[in-house]
Amino acid sequence: MTRVTYIDAAGASRTVEAQIGSTVMETALRNSVPGIEAECGGACACATCHVYVAPEWTAIVGKPSQMEEDMLDFAFEVRPSSRLSCQIKVTPALDGLVVATPAKQG
Amino acid sequence: MSETISTDVAIIGAGPAGLFAVFELGLLDIKAQLIDILPKIGGQCAELYPEKPIYDIPGFPVVSAQGLVDNLVLQIQPFHPTFHLGEMVESLEVLGTAERPEFRIRTDAGTTLEAKVVIIAAGGGSFQPKKPPIPGIHDYEGRSVFYAVRKIEQFRDRRVVIVGGGDSALDWVLNLYPVARRVTLIHRRDAFRAAPHSVNAMRELVAEGKIDFLLGQVAGLKGEGGQLSALTLRTENGEIADCECDDLLPFFGLTMKLGPIADWGLDLHENLVPVDTQKFETNVPGIFAIGDIVAYPGKLKLILSGFHEGALAAQKAHRYIYPEKKLVFQYTTSSTSLQRKLGVG
Repeated sequence: MTRVTYIDAAGASRTVEAQIGSTVMETALRNSVPGIEAECGGACACATCHVYVAPEWTAIVGKPSQMEEDMLDFAFEVRPSSRLSCQIKVTPALDGLVVATPAKQG
Repeated sequence: MSETISTDVAIIGAGPAGLFAVFELGLLDIKAQLIDILPKIGGQCAELYPEKPIYDIPGFPVVSAQGLVDNLVLQIQPFHPTFHLGEMVESLEVLGTAERPEFRIRTDAGTTLEAKVVIIAAGGGSFQPKKPPIPGIHDYEGRSVFYAVRKIEQFRDRRVVIVGGGDSALDWVLNLYPVARRVTLIHRRDAFRAAPHSVNAMRELVAEGKIDFLLGQVAGLKGEGGQLSALTLRTENGEIADCECDDLLPFFGLTMKLGPIADWGLDLHENLVPVDTQKFETNVPGIFAIGDIVAYPGKLKLILSGFHEGALAAQKAHRYIYPEKKLVFQYTTSSTSLQRKLGVG
């Protein structure tokens, strides 16, 4: 069982089960986790599924691709730990992943 | 004030659903005009993912989003639709009766359209500029903070700060620097998604000392009575610096907002428009809705669903537009009358 925890801007935490191979964005939507809008449906084309990867997970999750880095220009309050959650695929190695959602997506 | 345009059907939204509705209406001798807030045809397909392949359009194992839009435009050519692009519908007024509906539409560009039927094919709503969550920014909007440039002259001799790394940001840096007192570009990183020639032109201006480029993100605004005097910049290593400015232009792309549709007297359910699945008509007779914006039991937000919905809406629209005519169902494969309309008969 793979679990992902989402912490919203107010600090509330939600842990849900994630399917291997789905994305962190899809997992949020499927479980009605607020704070992720995903307007474009996962095409890396809108920057409304922006998350901050928790410090202990950044090395494991890895860096954004060039295209994702470009798209992050359209996100707000981007930090070194910023990723677009539609571009993070859930793998067994990500069991226990913690991400935080920003105050505003779009 | 421009004169009023009369048409059979006004379609709000020029994405795939709205475009194909033109075809289904055209086969029934119904003329349509389309209005879209984007400056181009194609809705989300053109704006969000033009290069992405789509795999679930019947008959096309794979087609790019822009390719689909281009084909739809070709397919509706025989019906000569009129497009009003870059215009947002601000108001929708009911003029007629439930039996003989008539509507007046006004756009933010001053266009007035009168139509017997309205089809809302607005997808996720209207694309509007993303507004950065900088504390107090609303107090400056329209006076010192702008999300689009309408008149270049407005920025003459002003200290203009432009934020972003895309084409809009870079284009306005290049267009405003000859006019403004000083142009400063702020971006979170020293890499840009904008077209390389714009980036090169910008870098040359920076090297020549004609404009400034600052690395960082805007953290706060300073000013009085809606007029900015400076903004606070947070650099990558967390340092805070002030940057003097009169006007701020943030370019963070577009987001979809329901917008004025909320004010048109339509029933709404979680920002969607409920319709029946026989006619795709809303609670207001004569106003239809199709595509991603509708809600009904079992609704799927697929392009192919939008096509089906447009075909059925056209059937009922025919009853409003030609109340005395009986509609005979025909196939494009065999009907010479349909083929003549398509210019192939």
